[in-house]
Amino acid sequence: MDVFFNQAFTGLSTASILLLVALGLAIIYGAMGVINLAHGEFVMLGAYAAWFLQSFLGIGLFLGLPLVFVFVALLGLAIERGLVRWLYHRPLDTILATWGVGIVLQQLVRMIAGPDSRYVERPAMLDGNLRIADVYMSNYRIFLLFFSVAVLVATWYLMTRTEFGTKLRAVIQNREISECYGIRTERVYALTFAYGAGLAGIAGALITPLASVTPGMGTNLVVDAFLVVIVGGVGSLLGTAAASGLVGEATALFSFLLNDTIGRVAVLMAIIVLIRFWPQGLFADRIRR
Amino acid sequence: MKRRNFLKGVAAAGAAGAAGFPGIWIKGEGMAHAANGEIPVGVLFSLTGPVAVVESTLHDACMLAIEEINANGGVNGMKLRPYVEDPASDPATFADRVRRLVIRDKCVSVFGSYTSASRQAVLPVVEQRNNLYWYPTLYEGRECSRNVMYGGAVPNQQQQEFVPWLAEKFGKRFYLIGNNYVYPREENNVCKILLDRLGGEVANEEYVPLGHSDFGSAINRIRREEPDVIFCTLVGDSDVAFQRQLHAAGFDPGEMPVASLTRSEIEVKAMGGEAAAGNFSSAPYFMAHQSAANERFVEAYLKRYGSDQVTHFVSEAAYFQVYQFKAAVEQLARSDIDPISIRDAAVGLRTTAPQGEIEIDPNLHTHLWPKIGQWQSDGQARVLVESDKRVAPEPYWAYDGQSCTAEGLVKG
Repeated sequence: MDVFFNQAFTGLSTASILLLVALGLAIIYGAMGVINLAHGEFVMLGAYAAWFLQSFLGIGLFLGLPLVFVFVALLGLAIERGLVRWLYHRPLDTILATWGVGIVLQQLVRMIAGPDSRYVERPAMLDGNLRIADVYMSNYRIFLLFFSVAVLVATWYLMTRTEFGTKLRAVIQNREISECYGIRTERVYALTFAYGAGLAGIAGALITPLASVTPGMGTNLVVDAFLVVIVGGVGSLLGTAAASGLVGEATALFSFLLNDTIGRVAVLMAIIVLIRFWPQGLFADRIRR
Repeated sequence: MKRRNFLKGVAAAGAAGAAGFPGIWIKGEGMAHAANGEIPVGVLFSLTGPVAVVESTLHDACMLAIEEINANGGVNGMKLRPYVEDPASDPATFADRVRRLVIRDKCVSVFGSYTSASRQAVLPVVEQRNNLYWYPTLYEGRECSRNVMYGGAVPNQQQQEFVPWLAEKFGKRFYLIGNNYVYPREENNVCKILLDRLGGEVANEEYVPLGHSDFGSAINRIRREEPDVIFCTLVGDSDVAFQRQLHAAGFDPGEMPVASLTRSEIEVKAMGGEAAAGNFSSAPYFMAHQSAANERFVEAYLKRYGSDQVTHFVSEAAYFQVYQFKAAVEQLARSDIDPISIRDAAVGLRTTAPQGEIEIDPNLHTHLWPKIGQWQSDGQARVLVESDKRVAPEPYWAYDGQSCTAEGLVKG
């Protein structure tokens, strides 16, 4: 029985990482319709920012989080203002443009910070395991789980309970009419993009203790993030959360029954089948556009 | 202008031309690879792309050796002229660039590659042009090209002392985990044969995709199987992620150590010495190895590239292979410098490398000094066991009736 619980926790932990990475994308892609292939690089920049803060300024992972958020958000803002905003009416071209941005960012980091993988220390207070009977739960993974839920709630609150969120949803539904009502849609888009980028940065900083920090680390993550957003249903935060849970647990289940390689294949197959029957994802967007 | 002066002028110009462009007049000199007192060599390591993490350090080590040799008067009075290309971590680009180095730049040898994929992409080109490729990485064996100088360890050199040592110290139940490609599978084949001879058993054999970074499930399986040793052939980022997660999950290396064939100072630096401490690696070279040659190498490397850098078992080979090349070329007359003569001169040569005195086998692999290191929290390995003799390379160790010889692969 403990095997089952261990594995269920592993799935939850995978899910929380997926959720952190995908949440920013869910906003940028889901809400704004921008297919942002540079999302993985935002995550990578977050990780590098955490590394920089820790090794050069001595600022620990937790204290550095707000700084990382601001840094990556500002960068996202610059990219939105400089590039993406010209492409809102050409959504397919954003694929190419953001892909290019991703390559440029990767190579810039490789040139500035060097190509070797970097080390970021885990906060000492989260060392060790919580052990219940024979179920082992790493403290850091537990923290990630709660943190990702907190970020989800905060984002949900921002989107549904604040003036900014109301404006954003209005802009998503009908940009022209919103403008007629005096909403500065450009500003709403720019801030939303920056927020999504900032979330990606936080995700990057938080996965550093579990993985290695390299310029190419975002490439795999962006694929997972898109999977989650598409399975969950474009534009639905709840869908993103549910899909993270589903993909995480399915990965844990399949990789336990089979192995990690075939488990990954099985998850992808399952997603293809799912998309075949629910093309809109699990939580279809009911907004009329 | 008077006619006499004109004739003088023509004669002088002709003489100057003959002196300035000997290639036109003296047959053979222009055809030889080593023209103008320079020996052209290719340096083909990725400086961009994902593999640059490791290959840029190989580039650095190789260039350091070339600079040292040139600063000390070159080879028989000739300087090495490095032609540097960046194959950008892409095997197809490797093939393209090696063609350029061999044909356009007339290199007599090319130093390059970290991954097996890039070596195999280069192989058809160097074999067709009959050139010489110096490959510094440990690899899975089962290859016997007459145009590649293999400077790294093959499975028998890494394992034939390591596996029995682990079995005796910790037990005979191994959990094999590696990335899903040819290298881990071949290494695990060898490991299984060795375990079989010792009466050991394999608790599980598991492969994860390259770049895989979530080891929650694998760690749960390891916890359930309770093996004596985790035998690890994960590479790069996967190895870093695995060890960090294993450490975070509270595994004690004193009871269940990770024994790796691929973990070097680079990976340990990225995972943090704390996470790696107490686990083992088998390699012919560790940065902390004590020898006069290694002290010189490490000091020169850190001085040139920064004190936060590390040397490791592949960069050591990238470094000593240039010296092997030098020793081989020194045997040759200036007009004889071509890839095949260099290869033939290199066989049997002994040179002092940071790891010890090494020798090139007729099968073009290298006799090395395997060592077992235990990682410390400062990111360095303490060398616990040093082999008492050079170990011969047997790239077909696991395949009965096949061996790699001076005539290439012999079967039966």
